[in-house]
Amino acid sequence: MFDAIQAFLSGFLYEWLAITITLVLQAVAVILPIMLVVAWLTYAERKVIGYMQVRMGPNRVGPIGLLQPIADALKLMTKEVIFPAQSNKYLFILAPILAIAPAVAAYAVIPFSDGVVVTDINAGVLYVLAVSSILVYGTVVAGWASNSKYAFLGALRGSAQKISYEIAMGFALVTVLMIAGTMNLTEIVNNQQGGILNWYLLPLLPMFFVYFISGLAETNRTPFDVIEGEAEIVAGFHVDYSGMTFGVFMLAEYAMMILISFMASIMFLGGWLSPFEGIPLLETLFSWVPQLAWLSIKVALLLFVFLWLRATFPRYRYDQLMRLGWKVLIPLTIVWVFVVGAMKYFDFGPWFN
Amino acid sequence: MGKFLKHQIKTWGLTELFKGLSVTGKYLFKKKITVRYPEEKTPLSPRFRGHHALRRYENGEERCIACKLCEAVCPANAITIESEEREDGTRRTTQYDIDMFKCIYCGFCEEACPVDAIVETRVFEYEFHERGPHIRTKEDLLAFGDQHEAQIAADRAADAKYR
Amino acid sequence: MSFEQFIFYVLAAIAIISGLMMITVKNPVKAALWLVLAFISTAGLWIMAQAEFLGLVLILVYVGAVMVLFLFVVMMLDINMAILKEGFTRYLPIGALAAIAIFALMYMVVGPEHFGLDKIAAPAAKPADYSNTTEIAIPLYTEHAYAFILAAVLLLVGIVAAIALTLRRRPSGTVLYQNIEKQNRTEKSERLEMVKMDAVVEQPAAEDKEEEKK
Repeated sequence: MFDAIQAFLSGFLYEWLAITITLVLQAVAVILPIMLVVAWLTYAERKVIGYMQVRMGPNRVGPIGLLQPIADALKLMTKEVIFPAQSNKYLFILAPILAIAPAVAAYAVIPFSDGVVVTDINAGVLYVLAVSSILVYGTVVAGWASNSKYAFLGALRGSAQKISYEIAMGFALVTVLMIAGTMNLTEIVNNQQGGILNWYLLPLLPMFFVYFISGLAETNRTPFDVIEGEAEIVAGFHVDYSGMTFGVFMLAEYAMMILISFMASIMFLGGWLSPFEGIPLLETLFSWVPQLAWLSIKVALLLFVFLWLRATFPRYRYDQLMRLGWKVLIPLTIVWVFVVGAMKYFDFGPWFN
Repeated sequence: MGKFLKHQIKTWGLTELFKGLSVTGKYLFKKKITVRYPEEKTPLSPRFRGHHALRRYENGEERCIACKLCEAVCPANAITIESEEREDGTRRTTQYDIDMFKCIYCGFCEEACPVDAIVETRVFEYEFHERGPHIRTKEDLLAFGDQHEAQIAADRAADAKYR
Repeated sequence: MSFEQFIFYVLAAIAIISGLMMITVKNPVKAALWLVLAFISTAGLWIMAQAEFLGLVLILVYVGAVMVLFLFVVMMLDINMAILKEGFTRYLPIGALAAIAIFALMYMVVGPEHFGLDKIAAPAAKPADYSNTTEIAIPLYTEHAYAFILAAVLLLVGIVAAIALTLRRRPSGTVLYQNIEKQNRTEKSERLEMVKMDAVVEQPAAEDKEEEKK
């Protein structure tokens, strides 16, 4: 479809302009649905946590509160953006942009179903890792530009935490690459074809947990939200942000949560593949379900776990958090790299053929 | 050795985490106890302490005899009373003001009153949009009492056996 | 102008401007951030030259880890810029000389004399499914495996040395150390003792008598 648009535009425009416009259109086609999902993910979060605390959650705006995200967005947009005295204005504005830009840019390589992807690049996994590693600058710059002690402490905690968990996350993905033999996300999913047993979840079960836990730490979700830590450092790096600048930080956090869920379902849960593949009756029964629906279900389940964990666990102490990252997760991933190597050497199971 | 193994299983099996998750997971499906306030209301006790009212006897005579016990007992100094002798020789208030911003709804005035004149009603849904009306005058309170007399009398009757 | 050229010039301009800003800007934190921008645009240029693995690793390692640690340190320093700038004019000639010398050396080594288009032809464009990750990995893990492992061990030694230099264990009693391992192993039986007691009704009268005695 986008090729046709590009061909149409280049009929009467410069080539580079036509390509740029097509790219912008592609970006909007991906970003807009993601932002809508983010909006209603905030609603889902409040509702799920409310239900787990035997409350109702938001139920005032619209039927069962479904329009709450719109009300929230309107409120944030109409609020004044306050610049703290002595703060660095340019960097203060730049920080939320730095936070959301990588979170959105990473979606460029995420395949939504077979062949439906903005750019199908070979180094997809590496691209996602690289782009999400830029995310930390939003936090650091926000903390520094606010010229506030609390924001600064949040930024310091955030930078140290993200660097630590990125290693574990990278190693967890290395094991996936060892099985799949490719860094292309579409191919990784296609390599998992042939039923639920062929998904990488089973041989890499510990890595799935490691990836998910590091994902929690990367997105600063509870129990790893020491970076916000409202009990000790009020709200961490975004204490001084108000209005839409604060809203953008929230958008970035939720967009990143969705990204982590997408990556986890593509890497470990067979992406858009049906879980009933290879089961005689059920396979034909569910053959009408579109690929995007399977992927969405998996992503939604993982997002629910994000919310579930937030409703359940208290925040880690900072030294416990660092110990978990460096002394538990990283050694575990390194051991599992060798285990996967051995499994590959001995052609173990259906995964290594 | 057994203890060590038990600990390892507990750590790597994430048993405690799953235990915690199962607790919140169960609560997800429990009946919600939220009361959706403007539509639903919690039951109120007959002893509920809300907006004040001054009561009258059945013949229309105001109960208050300006003994000023309520003014004396009020811990927040919210009540101001001035009294004078009426033409028929009884002592009556000329001014009976309650500052609703000062009032802490402790109910001492109600308990101190020897003639059950000042009472606190069930009404708690009222608000002031400017200064001035928050000082309830004698006329306001008597009118309020007349308006809610049936409910006030019923509450007193329900509570009478415990007093 | 083709789209590739357009992107190339944009990225190149960003790289040069951010490089200049990085060495001229006064605030060290801002300088570090300009350096980050320079890294990112350079990574873009590498990716345009079909070296996507190197470009992405540049972002992952330098932008995502090294520069964050840099910022971490620079942000916490309270640098007095006036003192730092004191000798600027005095050392300017020497600095300029060094810069020119380095530029001349670089030009002589990597200039058009050795790497011009007439010496080395432009590489042929690779097909879309060409992965230079494997191209880098295969020589790295076969031909150069020994050197690769040696480099890795060298880095490990560096880490261990850095930790050994800064690690100091203060005598117990002066500082409270957390032993998380021990905290995690704690069981209910170590902390909590259930005591069976008979239900005893308190005798207020007896207490009163004691009060009287006092």
